[in-house]
Amino acid sequence: MKNTLRQVFHSSKFVAGFVIFVAIILMMIIYPLFNPGNPLEQIGVGTFAKPGTYVSLYDAARTKTDTLRLPDAADNRIAAALTDEDRVAMVEWFTLMGADISDLDTADTDAMIELWHETYDPTARPKGMTNAKINYYKRLNNAIMDLGAADTITIAEYNDEGVLEESKTILDTDYVNTKNVANVKTLPLGTDNFGRDVLKELVSATGTSIRIGLIAGIVATVIGLTFGLLAGYVGGWLDDIIMFITNIFTVIPSFVLLILITYSLGQEQRGAAVVATVIGFTSWTWTARSVRSQVISLRNRDHVNLSKLSGHSLVRIVVMDILPYIASYVVMAFILQVSSGILAEAQLSLLGLGPKTTQVPTLGLMMNWAMLYSAHTNGSWWAYFPVILIITLISFSLNLMNTGLDQVFNPTLRD
Amino acid sequence: MGKVMLEVRNLKTKYVTRFHEDVYAVDGVSFKIEEGKSLGIAGESGCGKSTLALSMMGYYFPPLHYMSGDIIIDGKNISGLDPDEVRKTILGTEIAYIPQAAMNALNPTQKIIRFIEDVVRAHQPKKDKKEIRAMAEQRFAELGLQPGTLDKHAVELSGGMKQRTVIAVSTILNPKVLIADEPSSALDVTSQKMVIKMMRELMEKGYIKSMLFITHELPLLYNVTDDIMVMYAGQIVEKGTAKEMVFDPVHPYSHGLMGSILVPEEGTRGQKLGAIPGAPPNLKKPPNGCRFAERCKYATADCRYTSIPEKPFGDGRMYRCLKGVDELKEVYSGE
Amino acid sequence: MSEMEKARAQTDFSDKPLCLSGRGVTKVFGFGDKKTVAVDHVDFDFHEGEFVSIVGESGSGKTTLSKMLLGLSNQTEGEILFQGKPRDIGTGRKKREYWKGIQAIFQDPFSSFNTFQKVDAVLLDCINMRGGKHLSKQEKTDMMTEACNFVNLKFAELTNKYPFELSGGQMQRLMIARIFLLKPKILLADEPTSMVDACSRATILDMLLNLRDETGMTVIFITHDIGLAYYISDTVYIMEHGKFVEFGKADEVILEPKAAYTKRLISDVPKIHEEWDLSTVDLKQDA
Repeated sequence: MKNTLRQVFHSSKFVAGFVIFVAIILMMIIYPLFNPGNPLEQIGVGTFAKPGTYVSLYDAARTKTDTLRLPDAADNRIAAALTDEDRVAMVEWFTLMGADISDLDTADTDAMIELWHETYDPTARPKGMTNAKINYYKRLNNAIMDLGAADTITIAEYNDEGVLEESKTILDTDYVNTKNVANVKTLPLGTDNFGRDVLKELVSATGTSIRIGLIAGIVATVIGLTFGLLAGYVGGWLDDIIMFITNIFTVIPSFVLLILITYSLGQEQRGAAVVATVIGFTSWTWTARSVRSQVISLRNRDHVNLSKLSGHSLVRIVVMDILPYIASYVVMAFILQVSSGILAEAQLSLLGLGPKTTQVPTLGLMMNWAMLYSAHTNGSWWAYFPVILIITLISFSLNLMNTGLDQVFNPTLRD
Repeated sequence: MGKVMLEVRNLKTKYVTRFHEDVYAVDGVSFKIEEGKSLGIAGESGCGKSTLALSMMGYYFPPLHYMSGDIIIDGKNISGLDPDEVRKTILGTEIAYIPQAAMNALNPTQKIIRFIEDVVRAHQPKKDKKEIRAMAEQRFAELGLQPGTLDKHAVELSGGMKQRTVIAVSTILNPKVLIADEPSSALDVTSQKMVIKMMRELMEKGYIKSMLFITHELPLLYNVTDDIMVMYAGQIVEKGTAKEMVFDPVHPYSHGLMGSILVPEEGTRGQKLGAIPGAPPNLKKPPNGCRFAERCKYATADCRYTSIPEKPFGDGRMYRCLKGVDELKEVYSGE
Repeated sequence: MSEMEKARAQTDFSDKPLCLSGRGVTKVFGFGDKKTVAVDHVDFDFHEGEFVSIVGESGSGKTTLSKMLLGLSNQTEGEILFQGKPRDIGTGRKKREYWKGIQAIFQDPFSSFNTFQKVDAVLLDCINMRGGKHLSKQEKTDMMTEACNFVNLKFAELTNKYPFELSGGQMQRLMIARIFLLKPKILLADEPTSMVDACSRATILDMLLNLRDETGMTVIFITHDIGLAYYISDTVYIMEHGKFVEFGKADEVILEPKAAYTKRLISDVPKIHEEWDLSTVDLKQDA
């Protein structure tokens, strides 16, 4: 036993898979300690806030300021105001107006603004341009005119009599230290379509998905193992009946069966555990078949015959003399079942047949939400890409562990 | 004295386990086989006799590693050659190797003639199919095998027939030395006799010059080979002619081994079998002294700590024991 | 003739009570065209305390016969009598009762042990099976030590060891220790020495003979090695293609064989005092 473990941890593949998997599990455990709370809480209004650090403007305005004179502050401000999109639109306008843009550098903000002042005509109605586009250029012009227009921002508050009264003036050289601002929120993966913190949701979803995979794996392995052991060891008519059932389950595509069962259950009945059980219930055939074939070859081993001669009962022979021999094999099958259970849940949820959406997030549900709200077309990569990455990593690590175990336990693959 | 066909000088090889431990499976083995002679190696399972066969062919694929010593085939030293090189230039033309399960090496879906084409083309790529077939038919006829076998598939042949076919195929290029590692142990006595008969024909007709025969069955070895070496824990403990070894063994281990021979001949029922208690030493850490000392009933304290060299005696015989030949014989006769 | 040989040659078992006998025992595999008759209407009488060898080449049906004798498979036809009465192993309970009287040692020591059970567990199991569950720990240990001493193993060194840590010969000896504890009426040994080396083989054969002498059990020894059968047995049955072609006292069968098959078998085995005649071998034949 000790030697087997030593061999298992000698396999670089198993160790790599194990390290990745343990890292994911640790993240699942540790992250909520630092960032507790309901992962489904909608903290944002509106969809898909970008990843980054959010500073409360309200608090910042009331925070003590320091003065910093930074030489490139003005330029940065102008550059930040003109997005890449705006620059493309400006170049489009220049072309329509017939300006010479042969040696224009779009990154050179000063040159762009100078040319804009020269060419922009609010009354111009270029042919074929929609009103919306014309209005867009008007807004763009206003924004450009505002750049550098005022050196200060004045904050006014209503006093007791309901009259606005100047309370503070913010200069362009005023800075606040984020440490002094009462509310700063870092969202490493932004928010999703409902305004939830994606990272928090992802950590919770990973946990749920692994649990679903484990339940599905346990259900599939228990059913498959029981059927395989009985069919293989007892044989005869019991073998015929079990193999008949197994063959029926094998020829029906299990995913279709899965869809039909989950659909007939209805949205309200589908908790994570129910979905996991259903997944397990449709994927045991593979385990059953392979356990059966292993048991048939073990059944005629001399130690089983001797155990029979010693008068041991069927249950004892199966548990003591057969199960230990196929244990490594069953563990490997179980790992694969967990991996495929996680993937099956993702597939189901993507189709909208996953667990109830109000209780817990799962990796599949996150993908489903991202897809429904077109995260993939509007460039909100943070809503789906980390989910795909985690699913890939989990099933990659589980499969690596499985291959590693196979190398240890399957003598034909040993190098 | 005939020409030396195969000479092994102080050969040492080791296995490296999965946990990077060294197992010294062949530890300083030397012997010669002359032209027209056959040599047998006897010993219990795990004594290194099969490893010695692989080592002698230069077949060093992990976990087997070459350490030191020389292997000289017909004057050509092949030690230190790259194992792939050995496979291309030595196997089949210089040495042929027949393992116990050789018959299972035949792909059951191919005709026998295809294997012969493979073997011949590996060394003589220019030969065309007609020439090879003519060559094979002639060889099969001379060995008394039915030429019809050439167009059969391996599944159609019985175990003994398959084994004989493999031997015929692997000696088609007239290798100088044939190494047979338990070639007949998996067969019935009748098939075994046929395999041996064929190997003898190969020798008599000069297709192979000399033969090395490895088996744990001593009566078989006695009937097949001219000389016998007894191997124990990676070393040769005694060497002599077949007759001397069976009827007059000197080393306590050979004595025990020969005393355990069982044949259906009068007198066997009353004999006392030479049982040796215990198990061979662990070759990861071979003992400093005599390797057999732990199990030897004649061992003294000296045996456990003195390293014992090969001691020549009689007419070209050798043994590896601290005690003198006469002393040992006296002990045996007193029993 | 040595004393040992005399003692063993003189024993006559024909007047001893019958232990296991068979009348027209047949085993057929498959149906119709694919029917194979593995054991073909064999009759046999094994007496109490007799050491019987069944000799045959591979495919002669000796292993099939042994499975039937052990009650691990049922005969297609014929009757097996246990201690003079027809054997009834219809139910699990009756089978278990029968197995108290017959035990086996198999060919491959490496597959005869459950590799996940320690040596002591194997032996303890035997004591429990013989109704020794209530015994004190010390009594059990004494019994196990005695059994190990019988086969020249040191029990103290074996505790906490797994069978695969022993050599093949030691494992087979442990098997004999198991039989020593179980003390069945009949021991069926199916080629117990074919996978161990010559020196261990001698030890095991001696132990089997001692076991028979000490407990008076019937030993049915199945082997392909006719020299070994001659050395060890009182009675030899020669089996060819599912039939017994010859049987009788070891001396008669081996030294003066009557059946052509026995003669061929004996002439094909290499010997050390007689010339092994290879001249009659016809390589054209496919045996």
